[in-house]
Amino acid sequence: MEELHHELLIVHAVNDIFGPVVATLLSPLGYSFGPEETVIPDYLVMAALILVFVTSIGVLLRARLSVENPSKMQLVAEDLVTTLDNMLKEWVGPKGPRYLAIVGTMGVFILLGNLMGLVPGLMAPTSNINVTLGCALTVWVYYHIQGVREQGVGPYLKHFAVPPGAPSFIAPIMLPIEIISHLSRVLSLSLRLFGNVFGEELVIMILASIVPFLVPLPMMFLAIITGSLQAFIFVVLTMIYLGGAVATEHEQEQHDVVPVPA
Amino acid sequence: MRIRFILTAVLAMVLLGLVAPLYAQETAPSVGSELIKWSIITGGFALAIAASVGAIAQGLGISAAAAAIARNPSAAGEIRGSLILGLVLIESLVIYVLLISLVLFFIQPFGG
Repeated sequence: MEELHHELLIVHAVNDIFGPVVATLLSPLGYSFGPEETVIPDYLVMAALILVFVTSIGVLLRARLSVENPSKMQLVAEDLVTTLDNMLKEWVGPKGPRYLAIVGTMGVFILLGNLMGLVPGLMAPTSNINVTLGCALTVWVYYHIQGVREQGVGPYLKHFAVPPGAPSFIAPIMLPIEIISHLSRVLSLSLRLFGNVFGEELVIMILASIVPFLVPLPMMFLAIITGSLQAFIFVVLTMIYLGGAVATEHEQEQHDVVPVPA
Repeated sequence: MRIRFILTAVLAMVLLGLVAPLYAQETAPSVGSELIKWSIITGGFALAIAASVGAIAQGLGISAAAAAIARNPSAAGEIRGSLILGLVLIESLVIYVLLISLVLFFIQPFGG
C-alpha cells in the first residue's frame, strides 16, 4: 500500500511550519517522532483545509447577506439550507429542522472531502478510515444523545427492548438484535464511505499508472457522481437514524413503521 | 491552423505519455506461500460473485422503479428517492466485499 502514497506539497509545507509545535505539544502524552517523520498526517491537513475553506466562505457570505439583492452564492446557500430543511421534515418529522446543524455540517464536510480527491495536489480525507469512522461515531453518539434528550433515559432504553406496539415478552429476543443492529450502523456508515472513496481513488490510480492521459477521465466523472451520492446517502442515513431515535412512542404509532436500514 | 494546433497537442500528449509514466512503481511480486496465492484468488472470486449478484439485485430494483414510474409518473420524485437509497444500500454490500478483497490483495494478512 505504501507505494501508492506520495508526499503532497501542502502536507509537507504544513508539517514544516506546525510540525515541531505539534510534536512538542504531543510529547507529554508519550508520543515521540523522529526527525524525518510526518507529524501531522495528510488527512488531518486536508480536513483542516476544508475547515478553513468553509469558514472563510461562511464569513464572506455573512458579510454580504442581503434581502433585496442576493448574490449568487447566497442563493446557492439558501437552496442548500432549504433542501436540507425539507429533507429533515420528511425523514425526521416536524421537529426535524432543529437538527439542521449537524446534518448540514456532515453533508458539507463529506461532500467537499469526497470531491477534494479530484483536485491535483490534494487528497480526499474521506479515503482514510479514521476520518470516516470519526464522522460515523459522531453521528452515532449524537443521535443517541438526542434520543435520550427527547424521550428520557427510561423510555429510550425501553424502546430498544420493546418496539412500540409489541408485547413485552419479546424483550429478550429484541434486545440483542437491536444492540447488534445499532452497533453495525457505525461499521456500515464508515466502511461504505471509506470503501467508495478509496476504491474510486484506487481505480483512478491504477488506470493512471497504465495510461497517464485521458483514460482515467471517465473514472473521474464517475468519482464526481459517487462522491456526491455518498455524501447524500450519509446525510439521509443520519436523518433516518435521528428520526428513529427521537420519535416518541405516540408519534411512532401514527406513522407506518418504516424498516430502518443498517 | 487550428487542426495543426490540435495535432501538435495530441502528439505532445502522446509523447509525454510515452516518456513520463506517471507513478512508475516497481511491481515486485514477492514469492509468497501457497496461502497468499489462494487468498488472492479468493479475493478476486469474492469480488466477482458480489458484483454480479449485486448487479442483478440492483437491476431488479431499477426495473421495478421504472415500471412504477411509468404507471404513475406523478410519484416519480418519491420513487427516485427510495430507489437511490436502496441502490446505495445494495452497493454498500458489494463495497464491503471490495474492502475484504483489498485487504487480501494489499495487506495480505495470511503470511507475507
